[in-house]
Amino acid sequence: MDYLKRKKINQASAFWILKIMSVVVVAMLFWILGFILVNGFQVISWDFLTKMPEDGMTKGGIYPAIIGTLCLTVGSMIFAFPIGVLSGIYLNEYAGKGWLVRLIRTMTNNLGSIPSIVFGLFGMSLFVNTMGFGDSIIAGSLTLGLLALPVVIRTTEEALKQIDNSYRLGSLALGATKLQTVVKVVLPMAFPNIITGLILSIGRVSGETAPIMFTAVAYFLPMLPSSIFDQVMALPYHLYVISTSGTDIEASRAMAYGTAFVLIMIVLILNLCANALRRYFSNKVKTN
Amino acid sequence: MKKMFRGKKYFIEALWEGLLKISGSVTSIIIILIVLFLFSEGMGLFKKNVIEEGYVIAVNKNNPIKDLTPQQIKDVFDVKIETWKELGADVSGNQIVVLRLDDIPNYFPEEEIAEDMSNLPQIISQILDDNPGMIAFVPKDFTQTNFTGKILDLGNINFKDFFGGKEWFPTAQPAHQFGVIPIVMGTLWVSLGAILIALPFGLAVAIYSAELASKAVHKVLKPIIELLAGIPSVVYGFFGLVVIVPLIQKTFNLDVGETGLAGSIVLAIMALPTIITIAEDALRSTPRAMKEASLALGANKWQTIVKVTIPYSISGITAGVVLGIGRAIGETMAVLMVTGNAAVIPHTLLEPVRTIPATIAAELGEAPKGGAHYEALFVLGCILFVITLLINLTVEYISYRNKNKVA
Repeated sequence: MDYLKRKKINQASAFWILKIMSVVVVAMLFWILGFILVNGFQVISWDFLTKMPEDGMTKGGIYPAIIGTLCLTVGSMIFAFPIGVLSGIYLNEYAGKGWLVRLIRTMTNNLGSIPSIVFGLFGMSLFVNTMGFGDSIIAGSLTLGLLALPVVIRTTEEALKQIDNSYRLGSLALGATKLQTVVKVVLPMAFPNIITGLILSIGRVSGETAPIMFTAVAYFLPMLPSSIFDQVMALPYHLYVISTSGTDIEASRAMAYGTAFVLIMIVLILNLCANALRRYFSNKVKTN
Repeated sequence: MKKMFRGKKYFIEALWEGLLKISGSVTSIIIILIVLFLFSEGMGLFKKNVIEEGYVIAVNKNNPIKDLTPQQIKDVFDVKIETWKELGADVSGNQIVVLRLDDIPNYFPEEEIAEDMSNLPQIISQILDDNPGMIAFVPKDFTQTNFTGKILDLGNINFKDFFGGKEWFPTAQPAHQFGVIPIVMGTLWVSLGAILIALPFGLAVAIYSAELASKAVHKVLKPIIELLAGIPSVVYGFFGLVVIVPLIQKTFNLDVGETGLAGSIVLAIMALPTIITIAEDALRSTPRAMKEASLALGANKWQTIVKVTIPYSISGITAGVVLGIGRAIGETMAVLMVTGNAAVIPHTLLEPVRTIPATIAAELGEAPKGGAHYEALFVLGCILFVITLLINLTVEYISYRNKNKVA
């Protein structure tokens, strides 16, 4: 009897501890989000989003940083999406089970776990110095693209894996070639999951700082880029600069909250979009 | 007509497959390129002289000393080492006298130095001849002709000085100090601290989410964890800077709040999503039959979790933890913003420390391209690359072994 009682008490207390720790983690997230959103919201105004920084980045807006981040993100996606999706299709639909494919998979996993600062070093060495792009949108975009590549590949592979094999066999049995099967049957079905994955990878790329520090961004540049070989400002680097090494850190605190707010909103909105899309498509599939 | 159509169709298929194969091999090519560029830039460091480019260290011609390490050179010129005996050389007078270019007027009337400095080699030679215990740090140009002192052949920066050096002063004169021990130690301390904080919380959330949470709770928890993973690291760094750093300063009554502990806490928050997601997947992969067998034998839910579910999924959990460590070691911005960046060997977590990625990020902008400092930062990049590669291969080995076990 005593043993049974102890067993019960053990379980109850263990579950309580688990619950409390989970609540702590969730509370932590809400603290971070709440802290930045509440403080940042007071700074946000139309002027903040559309004006140049002024007075040593303590006043004005963050317009050039927003545009810079947009340029870098779009540039990296132009590079990473096609190659990543094709690579994912190859790994899941065409590649066999040989050692070469195992090697490629290992390499892709490894690329995904390389720290972002190492990408920064590599990008600086290859794109900025060896290829002579200098600090520019193109060098930064390519570096960010490399970082996004493994994410895109993994997303595509996961999405394709979920398609039941009977669809492929059915299509092949009707006389379609492998290419036709992939393009007309498999890809349309995997499309929703691929898209949601891509949206999430945009969120990851737009917040990266280390890879663009030495390949693309300028400390302060109150004008918009005119070509892909120009330097730009970028939101994450801007936040780093004004919160650690600006001309007057205390005075630019408000700007920092505003920038952090915008960065979090980008991630939040992309996440919501991805979830909404996922739900929309899954409903559609069900009604079919 | 039909045949041509077939040929065209076949051609497109072949083209498509070729395109796919090329795309598939891109990641491997990138890895090879990264290794190539990182290591070729980094290895340049070990072809650089110990002392600053264009300078030499010279001593009296009767001085028996042959070799000095960068550390010894720094200590001599910082007047921390004052006698030749400490360097293992028997020199008359024993006292070390340091000579830099600025010190020459102390030994020689300034008016007699020629305008174009053409007689400097003789002057330096004479000063060295007069002072048996002198060590001089002078430009190489002044030692080419008519120079009678002994120029020390100090050789290049070697692996031992780099990996065994205890001081990181990349811009120090006359010898750069590239000792990575403080930086590597800083990285390990901060990551270890982070994982000690993140592990219990990560495991708790994973177990709760996989075993206890209702479907509704799980539906809320999952996007929250995803969001936690999506927040940019610089935002975590900013949060750490304005909230956690002052908090630590106040709690422990420190002069500065930018400490290893602040880094550990921020990194722990950032490593949580990785640990939770992978550990939860591992826990969920436990076969239902196993759990039910345990329950049928009279064990309650908690006993089943501890004695069946966790042991069964331990390798998956380990993989999650190891990946979390990898993420913590490689994280740059957040750590750079909250740890204070002092390149000294840490003794407690309440001191400013500096990690490998933070060092690269903080110093690369100021290091002249192609110089020893620049190359030293690339060597740090190589070290980081190798560490993460090892971590990743470990994880892959764990999951490979696991797969075989189940099969």
